[in-house]
Amino acid sequence: MVDVLHCILRRDLLLALRRSSDVGTALLFFVIVTTLFPLGIGAEPDLLRAIAPGAIWVAALLSSMLSLGRLFALDHADGTLEQILLGAAPLGAVVAAKALAHWLVSGLPLVLIAPLIALQYDLPASLYGVLALSLLLGTPVLSLIGAIGAALTLGLRGGGVLLSLLVLPLYVPVLIMGAGGVEMAAAGMGAQGHLLLLAAMLVGAAAFAPWAIAAALRISIE
Amino acid sequence: MLEAADLECARGGRILFRGLSFALKQGELLRVAGGNGRGKTSLLRILCGLLGAQAGEVRWNGSPIRSLGEEYARHLVYLGHAPAVKDELTTAENLTIACRIAGNARTAGEIAQALQRLDVPATAFLKKLSQGQRRRAALARLALSRPAALWLLDEPLAALDAQAARLVEGLISEHTGQGGMVVYTTHQEARLEGRVINLDG
Repeated sequence: MVDVLHCILRRDLLLALRRSSDVGTALLFFVIVTTLFPLGIGAEPDLLRAIAPGAIWVAALLSSMLSLGRLFALDHADGTLEQILLGAAPLGAVVAAKALAHWLVSGLPLVLIAPLIALQYDLPASLYGVLALSLLLGTPVLSLIGAIGAALTLGLRGGGVLLSLLVLPLYVPVLIMGAGGVEMAAAGMGAQGHLLLLAAMLVGAAAFAPWAIAAALRISIE
Repeated sequence: MLEAADLECARGGRILFRGLSFALKQGELLRVAGGNGRGKTSLLRILCGLLGAQAGEVRWNGSPIRSLGEEYARHLVYLGHAPAVKDELTTAENLTIACRIAGNARTAGEIAQALQRLDVPATAFLKKLSQGQRRRAALARLALSRPAALWLLDEPLAALDAQAARLVEGLISEHTGQGGMVVYTTHQEARLEGRVINLDG
């Protein structure tokens, strides 16, 4: 089973690298959106510092959604998804590997670039770590929840819009905890509580989402 | 042994077939015949467990396939309408990945041999190949399918030239000769000896 999961992860990363636009799009979108706020608001450091956690987190959330529609759709269109469903490894584990690949391509780059983005908002350097850590814990949850939506809307006409309507409300707790953690740290009250809740969400999503994704895929493929 | 008992399938509110029963023993070949939209593909998808039947059940060695899950999947090779290959990968990468997903990892030498047998270049990217060559690349999995006992092939000869069609027929005959079972659909003239189920009737 480990060999199959390794194969799926490696395959998805290889495909993302060869379709270089997949890797670049989410990152570029994140950079552009987070840059628009300081450009639009102007040189008002206090206001920028106040909106930074929310703006960066909303941009991260939307960036992570960009490639969700393709998570299973391309495999479905070329018949690979059927082979995965009939594969040797449990479907829940396979989709977890696919969600991990999605996060490595669309979530991890955001975590790495977040401190650089924070510079535009004049965030104190002491908050860079909290911001990156909140994204590190939160973006995998976004990939896992998003994968449930992608599986449920697979093959539906207008699936992209439906996917957004389905997934965005489910992202709200992650957004509140992620942005809230950075705000608490900025107010000197400590982000530990929010980060622990984000970690708990990650554990919960990692434990339950793969099986929900697998069940949704089985329904969609019929 | 594969058994289908009283299968019923409906799509879009229309009954495609009802009360369909058959059994397939080792070394047997079964062709599913019928016009377009008669349920040939649906039947193959039911047999491999991708689609649930409205009534009846499919059994593998006496056990319902729904209860066997991955254990049943290990015994079968299903090749559907879509070739299940990626344009951005080479033929060798595609075949290696397909085998590993099926839990049947193969060495680079075996992969190259299988592709050579189907006359497909191993290092070519799929997007550079013709429709027929893409189909050959997908069918190369059959040359590496052992120990899978059951092949479910949806239009395996579609888009193939005469030489490739003979090659695939040769693979099918070889498989049944070694005790394997094959269920396939085709619109082309059947040159393989075997039983026929006609969904038109």
